[in-house]
Amino acid sequence: MVGSTLWFSLLLAAAFAGRATALWPWPQYIQTSERRYTIFPHSFQFQYHVSSAAQVGCSVLDEAFQRYRDLLFGSVSFHFPQPMGKQHTSEKNSLVILVVTPGCDQFPSLESVENYTLTVNDEQCFLLSETVWGALRGLETFSQLVQRSPEGTFYINKTEIEDFPRFPHRGLLLDTSRHYLPLASILDTLDVMAYNKFNVFHWHLVDDSSFPYESFTFPDLTKKGSYNPATHIYTAQDVKEVIEYARLRGIRVLAEFDTPGHTLSWGPGVPGLLTPCYSGSHPSGTFGPVNPALNNTYEFMSTFFLEISSVFPDFYLHLGGDEVDFTCWKSNPDIQAFMKKKGFGEDFKKLESFYIQTLLDIVSAYGKGYVVWQEVFDNKVKVQPDTVIQVWREEMPVRYMKEMELVTSAGFRALLSAPWYLNHITYGPDWKKIYMVEPLAFEGSPEQKALVIGGEACMWGEYVDSTNLVPRLWPRAGAVAERLWSNKTVTDLDFAYKRLAPFRCELLRRGVQAQPLSVGYCDVEFEQT
Amino acid sequence: MEHRGLGWPRLSGLLELLAALAVQAVRASAVAAASPDLCLWPMPLSVQTTPRVLHLSPDNFFFSHSSTSKAGPSCSLLQEAFRRYYDYIFGFYKWHHGSADLRVGVELQQLQVSVILDPECDTFPKISSDESYTLLVKGPVASLTANRVWGVLRGLETFSQLIYQDFYGTFTVNESNIVDSPRFPHRGILIDTSRHFLSVKSIFKTLDAMAFNKFNVLHWHIVDDQSFPYQSVTFPGLSKKGSYSSSHVYTPNDVRMVIEYARLRGIRVVPEFDSPGHTQSWGEGQKDLLTPCYNGKEPSGAFGPINPIWNTTYSFLSKLFKEISTVFPDEFIHLGGDEVDFNCWASNPEIQDFMRDKGFGRNFKKLESFYMQAVLDMISAINKNSIVWQEVFDDASKLMPGTVIQVWKVEDYTQEQSKVTEAGFPVILSAPWYLDWISYGQDWKRYYAVDPLSFEGSQEQKKLVIGGEACLWGEYVDATNLTPRLWPRASAVGERLWSHKDVRSLEDAYRRLTIHRCRMLRRGIAAEPVFTGYCDHEDRM
Repeated sequence: MVGSTLWFSLLLAAAFAGRATALWPWPQYIQTSERRYTIFPHSFQFQYHVSSAAQVGCSVLDEAFQRYRDLLFGSVSFHFPQPMGKQHTSEKNSLVILVVTPGCDQFPSLESVENYTLTVNDEQCFLLSETVWGALRGLETFSQLVQRSPEGTFYINKTEIEDFPRFPHRGLLLDTSRHYLPLASILDTLDVMAYNKFNVFHWHLVDDSSFPYESFTFPDLTKKGSYNPATHIYTAQDVKEVIEYARLRGIRVLAEFDTPGHTLSWGPGVPGLLTPCYSGSHPSGTFGPVNPALNNTYEFMSTFFLEISSVFPDFYLHLGGDEVDFTCWKSNPDIQAFMKKKGFGEDFKKLESFYIQTLLDIVSAYGKGYVVWQEVFDNKVKVQPDTVIQVWREEMPVRYMKEMELVTSAGFRALLSAPWYLNHITYGPDWKKIYMVEPLAFEGSPEQKALVIGGEACMWGEYVDSTNLVPRLWPRAGAVAERLWSNKTVTDLDFAYKRLAPFRCELLRRGVQAQPLSVGYCDVEFEQT
Repeated sequence: MEHRGLGWPRLSGLLELLAALAVQAVRASAVAAASPDLCLWPMPLSVQTTPRVLHLSPDNFFFSHSSTSKAGPSCSLLQEAFRRYYDYIFGFYKWHHGSADLRVGVELQQLQVSVILDPECDTFPKISSDESYTLLVKGPVASLTANRVWGVLRGLETFSQLIYQDFYGTFTVNESNIVDSPRFPHRGILIDTSRHFLSVKSIFKTLDAMAFNKFNVLHWHIVDDQSFPYQSVTFPGLSKKGSYSSSHVYTPNDVRMVIEYARLRGIRVVPEFDSPGHTQSWGEGQKDLLTPCYNGKEPSGAFGPINPIWNTTYSFLSKLFKEISTVFPDEFIHLGGDEVDFNCWASNPEIQDFMRDKGFGRNFKKLESFYMQAVLDMISAINKNSIVWQEVFDDASKLMPGTVIQVWKVEDYTQEQSKVTEAGFPVILSAPWYLDWISYGQDWKRYYAVDPLSFEGSQEQKKLVIGGEACLWGEYVDATNLTPRLWPRASAVGERLWSHKDVRSLEDAYRRLTIHRCRMLRRGIAAEPVFTGYCDHEDRM
């Protein structure tokens, strides 16, 4: 950990180095100097160190080199001053990468080590990391360090960086049910996530409004539950593409299939799955949450989640469990009878617990871990000790920091989202409020704090689709990204603004439609098509 | 009272027509609701549709000039519009060619356009321009009749909105009869190109979307404190030194292109050169224009509003506005006049002396008025009319009659409307329509529920409300978020200013607006969603 004294000296260093250190998110340890090295695009190469565990053929890094070459030098026609003879000490024509542990074909996980060291000095231009995932983070940092002079020359300052994330779970939630997001929107988001060192794509695939996930075991779910079964769906191929695209960027895909509430769109494709609501002694024709009183329900879930467990390689699945409305269950005589039989009395939380527990058992049997929304904890569902609880409610039943305290004191791991609902918009620079959240600012022991594995920025889709997703997400989500990656002492708003504003311009340069933070301009503005 | 060419006689005639058609309009919306595919936005004055459908074939349909029309193929404004609207109607579905079976039912082969009076093909739209039209849709030839080309443009938009595709993909339209004209003659969108620069392309997009919503004024807040992107021929230093960069400027050619693009869509371009406040960027390129602020006896190095006491100020402004009046053909120039900070003026000893000489005492509002009056005189001397922000009215003892007052402060804006109209000045309403103020949820409903005439006042006072503007200030807006932030939220304002005052059902508006939004998407406008749901064709698909 970097002490605060050191921190202030770093701040000063950054101020002197100017744009050269407009890094986002800010690394754990950095030293830069005014000494510059010229980079010649036509001769520059990313190279594997001879003793690197990853070598040519490592898909994750081979493709990353290609991406970062394009990001750095774009389609510039190479009419640059040619390097004369052999390399001078003031030139760099390669970044040498050394990865310690092999693992190019694996998926990133919660336990993946993302540490890296980046050294640019007279002797070397060197990126060292434990894993390929750390190398990806280091390449991103490297790409942010390379600058271009007004004359068009690329250069990098002498720099020493040792970096690692503060939290291992740094997520972004997209909701593809309230509005369908075209595949291109998702893939583009994954790119920008990588620029911000996010590492979890929480895919809230389905909800009341629509069921775009095309299931091969239950094709009727999409056929009858999507907005349009020909166009507004994610085929198996689409899902595979998202997962692989994410993997290549060191991003996990955490799929959410929220039950027993938020499931209206499941109903048309699976008759008998949802609870028929009653008006007096007659069915009203409307439906409520998943029917927890029928064996069929659990047979369906068993088969469905078997598919999901095999389609999504991540160890974790998100099982939802939020906002279950008891009114419909209460109205249904079959459910009432079931409650009596089970001895639940009038306590529908017990019924909810019964459902969730059964579901959790099914999913654990498939060798998966799970994340659930906080209600599952609030309603005292018995869950396995390794369950991850996602805290999303700002005020109720308690303020979110209190909830973090309660969840961790019960020994569960926690994810924070409550202050980071980016779909909520207000006038002005709201990124500051987002940025100033300290995820560990609750009462609790160091053991409790250690149970906070990270957080997620959430972009719910009621008012968001591909028309406004990108400017609404970026650079606001960047504030969350830095909070989850950088040292907890990195909280100065002026320092953040000085880096975030140029980073936003860099996003524009990379083709991302990131909205402005305040008045001003970028050299390269967003190009209207 | 002088009305300065605002066309009041015609307008009051229009109001009578509105009243006469009110009953009909109510009946029409009932009919409209019965047909799920009729999703016009903004709602025309009178719509009668029947269940009888006509089919259109992209290969066989065309726009034409009626033999009695005063406009013909030499009217390039209409020729261009025909091409655009053919594309809006069929363009997206070109792959459907030939797939439709038109043997069943009646075919609509032609929309015949007839302009009754001098068409005004080659002129610029004005506040008094006649935008009324009637549209009779029947087979095989439909007719669109209007006094001027401006009405034809509005009618073409309506016609394009009537056409839908049935289950088999066939282009279909119901036999209908539409009589339409706007409730207010000034229906504007304000864009701010100083806080953030907007490319000409972005402005074009905005003009396209404006036409889809029957807006007819682009209020171009072109310069402000932050930057001066307008390239002046007379004073090139202004943008050279006052713009964000040499690529963040509007050349004379850019401005001409914007004006022509707008004209072809029946949209006026009203430029705003806001002074004496909001002028920091002017100071970069024009020495000795801004007031040097003092810190005690010494100049502090900072500058305040334009210095109102020097003759050089007025000779500069006179030359600048002379240029502006020739560059921008509209009869109106917006002079700003808002939020003048008196602190700097108060600190400056020369200004203090001037105040004493003029007998203004410590009342800086008098100095502000002195300045504004001089600029207003300048504008009237070059035969233009002025629009100003409400402070100019609030702070003035007397103001030139006919000056249009734009009400923007949201606190007690209806009272302000009463005051301004009671004093006999025309009003543009913006206060409830600051679209840069965003919040979570369906805020369009709030914009929609506003009635611009809800203030206390006589019939004569109400007639002084010439319209309103949706304002999208640029502090947090640039090309990245302009379109989804503006549309379809501004559409709510568009309907409020065009449609009859009784068109206010939120439920029906929601139904029509969601479909109108999908229509905008199809036409390449990235309008954001109204709420949960989908469009057949999403952005980026």
